[in-house]
Amino acid sequence: MIAPFLSQVLRISVPYLFAALGGTFSERGGTINIALEGILLTSAFAAAVTTYFTHDPWLGLAAAVLAGLLTALLHAVICVTFRADQIVSGIAINLLAAGLTKFLLKEIFGSSSNSPRVEGLPEWHLAGVGGIPVLGDILRSPLLLLAAIGVPVGHFLLYRTPFGLRLRACGEHPEAADALGVSVTRIRYTGILISGAVTALGGAWLALDQHSFTDGMSGGRGYIALAAMIVGKWSPLGAAGGCLLFGAAETLQIRLQGGAVPTQFIQMIPYLLTMVVLAGFIGRAAAPRMSGVPYRKEE
Amino acid sequence: MSLRRLPQALAVPLLALGFSLLVGAVFVLAIGRDPVAVYAELLRGTLGSPYGVGQVLFKATPLIFTGLACALAFRAGLVNIGAEGQLYVGAFATAWAGFTFRGAPALVLAPACILAGALAGAAWGAVPGILKARFGSHEVINTIMLNFVAIALTGYMVSNVFVVPETVHTPEIAAAARLPRFEAFMPFFGGSPVNVSFLLALAAAAGYALLMNRTRLGYELRVVGHSAGAGEYAGIRTGPAVITAMALSGALAGMVGSNFVLGYKHYFEGGFSAGIGFMGLAVALLAQGSAVGVVLAALFFGMLSHGALVINTMVPKELVEILQATVIASVIVSSNVVQDYARRRARERTAAGVTP
Amino acid sequence: MSSPAVELLDIHKSFSRVKANDGVNLAVARGEIHALVGENGAGKSTLMKILYGLYAPDRGEIRIDGKPARFRGPADALRAGLGMVHQHFMLVRPFTVVENMLLGREGVPPVLPMDRVAASREIRDLSGRYALDVEPGAVVEDLPVGVQQRAEILRVLLHGASILIFDEPTAVLTPQEATDFFRVLGGLRDQGKTILLITHKLDEVMQVADRVTVMRAGRVVGERAVRDTSPAELARLMVGRDVALGRVEGEAPAGAPVLEVRSLGVRDSRRIARVNSVSFQVRAGEIVGIAGVEGNGQTELVEAIAGLREVEAGTIHMDGRDVTGSRVAQRQRSGLVHVPEDRQRRGLVLEMSLAENLLLGRQRESEFSGRVLLRAEPILRMARRLSEEFDVRPRDVSLKTRDFSGGNQQKIVVARELGRAPRLIVASQPTRGVDIGAIEFIHARLREARDQGVAVLLVSADLREVMSLSDRILVMYGGRVVGEVPGRDAREDRLGTLMLGGAA
Repeated sequence: MIAPFLSQVLRISVPYLFAALGGTFSERGGTINIALEGILLTSAFAAAVTTYFTHDPWLGLAAAVLAGLLTALLHAVICVTFRADQIVSGIAINLLAAGLTKFLLKEIFGSSSNSPRVEGLPEWHLAGVGGIPVLGDILRSPLLLLAAIGVPVGHFLLYRTPFGLRLRACGEHPEAADALGVSVTRIRYTGILISGAVTALGGAWLALDQHSFTDGMSGGRGYIALAAMIVGKWSPLGAAGGCLLFGAAETLQIRLQGGAVPTQFIQMIPYLLTMVVLAGFIGRAAAPRMSGVPYRKEE
Repeated sequence: MSLRRLPQALAVPLLALGFSLLVGAVFVLAIGRDPVAVYAELLRGTLGSPYGVGQVLFKATPLIFTGLACALAFRAGLVNIGAEGQLYVGAFATAWAGFTFRGAPALVLAPACILAGALAGAAWGAVPGILKARFGSHEVINTIMLNFVAIALTGYMVSNVFVVPETVHTPEIAAAARLPRFEAFMPFFGGSPVNVSFLLALAAAAGYALLMNRTRLGYELRVVGHSAGAGEYAGIRTGPAVITAMALSGALAGMVGSNFVLGYKHYFEGGFSAGIGFMGLAVALLAQGSAVGVVLAALFFGMLSHGALVINTMVPKELVEILQATVIASVIVSSNVVQDYARRRARERTAAGVTP
Repeated sequence: MSSPAVELLDIHKSFSRVKANDGVNLAVARGEIHALVGENGAGKSTLMKILYGLYAPDRGEIRIDGKPARFRGPADALRAGLGMVHQHFMLVRPFTVVENMLLGREGVPPVLPMDRVAASREIRDLSGRYALDVEPGAVVEDLPVGVQQRAEILRVLLHGASILIFDEPTAVLTPQEATDFFRVLGGLRDQGKTILLITHKLDEVMQVADRVTVMRAGRVVGERAVRDTSPAELARLMVGRDVALGRVEGEAPAGAPVLEVRSLGVRDSRRIARVNSVSFQVRAGEIVGIAGVEGNGQTELVEAIAGLREVEAGTIHMDGRDVTGSRVAQRQRSGLVHVPEDRQRRGLVLEMSLAENLLLGRQRESEFSGRVLLRAEPILRMARRLSEEFDVRPRDVSLKTRDFSGGNQQKIVVARELGRAPRLIVASQPTRGVDIGAIEFIHARLREARDQGVAVLLVSADLREVMSLSDRILVMYGGRVVGEVPGRDAREDRLGTLMLGGAA
């Protein structure tokens, strides 16, 4: 009873985990990233198309990362180089991703709804992992493993390494970073690109786990990831907690179909919880101070 | 706006539109089609016939409402990404009033339905305003979150409370609440659902212009939008101003139901909007805040929206979504570029000792 | 003799038409505390920004230890051994002290773990050596301001700075913290560091500096050894002997009190007490000037009177009515007008037109607005009349105020406030950054208002301004009124002594 439930929670959480982790890297550096939704979509599409034509899901994964990087690069150019509004840029990129993937879906596969079936990533049977109780079975998916490892690694990167220190400084006090010889532009670009690459892993999961790309398959997951990141107070471990919480709520919703609590109310949980956290009812929500503010050097 | 500002105000949208059409052309070329032919077909299918014009007006109607909603928020210094949620709640309230008060006469019921929509939208919009005024939490995230809550909530209403079996919509509104289509008195619009709510949208635009430019409230909202410090100094309280602006913005978005519910389908249906609220952001950005600009930009996007169906035989209709997204991105980039340019020019002029 | 640690030679820097630095020469010897003093706008900050690589000079040379240096940014200056302790600390507030110390000098490749233990040890060593007591693991924003400043100094030292620039270091400190700070400063010098201290507090100069350079209007007007000078001489140099605006006495004796402040206490946004039991009156037909070095509570006092800041203790009465808790709009209705010290942040909406700016704060007056609609015609008429009367140029009421020069922007604010038939004018730095013609004009209007029976409270860091306009002068120091002098008897040296906290 518990094992299947846990396993389902984890599987549902995978794209959230990647996108929320990605979002953390962008926002800690001072760039709000609403484009997570669009990155999920373009990377899922790239994964499906590439896997379809090469029959190699690993190449599909690589293509997803490339697509994520390119989408994030667009966001970085608009927000960092042109110092334009980060929120509007994110919205534009999400619209672009939705239009572009549908456009290409029709051109490449002649379908307005989904791609043909593609292979998924092979399972890994790692020695040792199989022996872990409850989780052993599900930790065979390479991407799931990667998510499980990625979260603590991301946390370490952000809080224990020079890069993380510089990234966080650029989100909190870019002038100070600049005065100490840190290039705010370069660091913010790096943060946004990491965000794109990591989120793309979530997009690849969506396509490869479902063995096809379907129109609009990100389905608001980028926004839920954003919510998880806020609930987790912009830290990778906290965000992961938020993702698992929301994943659990979604699992419950699927399992309680037709139950006492209408599904719509369970759907609302991530959003309402985020608003509660933002209003400061659960401690101080520690958003990076200069998140959303373009950096302009003194002239 | 003084005459000397006009070129700059036009430079931004024109740059953005030109660039977007170029990007669109590249996509068309990339799949081996002729961009000139595609754009020509788009023009012909939209402006080339009364039916096409009617469709453009029909598609532009909700965009005028959401465009005004976003523009009002912008001018008060707020970003309302919640028009989508506000219009869902508003349209549902419009429908609810329409199928609940069946006995009421048309002259009362239709306005009451529109009012119900505006009030529901206002209430939904006021929530992030209150959260900002009271707790300082940013309206952007809260409006995004409330979009999802609104969609889930109205979805619950349709599937659990006001159920019509086998459908995802509410019961039909009373006939008295319906807004007549233009074709009823202008037969050449034949077949197009464009209806009286388009006139309501124009009236809303006029009201918006009046409010922002001629009333004390509009003046105060603009002062706070530009500089909260100056607002405080002028005796304007920021909190109430923020809440008022968000509520007014929500009310405008909440009137979208007049087109879809009262003028077209005659019921509320889950998923009917498909991003009209977000497109409002695009409309407002392109319009640079002016009411005339909002109407023009909404007509342009309405044209694209109907044009998408027209060109679908030549290229995937999603070309239009790509165009819309590119317009948004290039508006924000070009307005920064134009501003930087103007500032540099001004600085050079001051350096040369030309300015006052 | 060895070459100076820092040498600035013939530095020129202009902004549009203003010469901020006009051939400045400055030499600081190794191991001395060198103070740089001058009024606001004398060009100190520009000079320091040039030295620190934030601005490129139009002309001139920087030498460090006798060698010409060229800085493209603060990072270059830092590498050359120059460290700046900013007035607004360059510390990342949610970071721990260690994290702040590591930023920019992490010592390992970007993705490898940093050695916090070694860094903490380094911090402890250094803080022991310079008596800069800071707990490495503490989060900066949880520390008192004085300790934050120590952390900022430590960081500059850790980056290997041998020349330290302090920009108004005591502006944010309590008196006790300031005393500790001076001890630290002496310690740094004794360990061979060179210190450049930017300030306008002459008592600090006398207390800690070895040499002092005085700037006025973009030039160096004097350099002295501190033991060979006096505060009076420095004040004279700062202000300049040659400029003295004549006094014009009021025509009629002052009338009934309009503004009455009783035992007022006000805190700033960080909850630090800035005004302590201040009491005074301003009567109809008199100008009361408040003199004092900036940062002694004047800003908070004015904001409290204007209704922009909460009052902690005491009361404010206007025309005998208690307005302590009333809103800005209510005070405005009772005839209070306010020329704010920061015209760009408070006084103007730069993106709005001249006419709309002249309406600011008057939008509820029945002359300009009905219940709903603004009255366009009267607003335009008022705007045209005021811009004519106050000689705002260009006379285009639809032009955005961003596009006016600084002097004209100030005239716009003054025109709006004085143009509304006030009972009480609170004018804060009314002529800051304004050219001499506009200064005379604004002064004349303030006198005119006084002669018409308006009560005027004038707050200015410019002693000449206070002396030439005021009927009575109150001196503020450390949040208190420490003296009152009749305007006609005021002498610079006496006021100067009071302003520096000395007894009258």
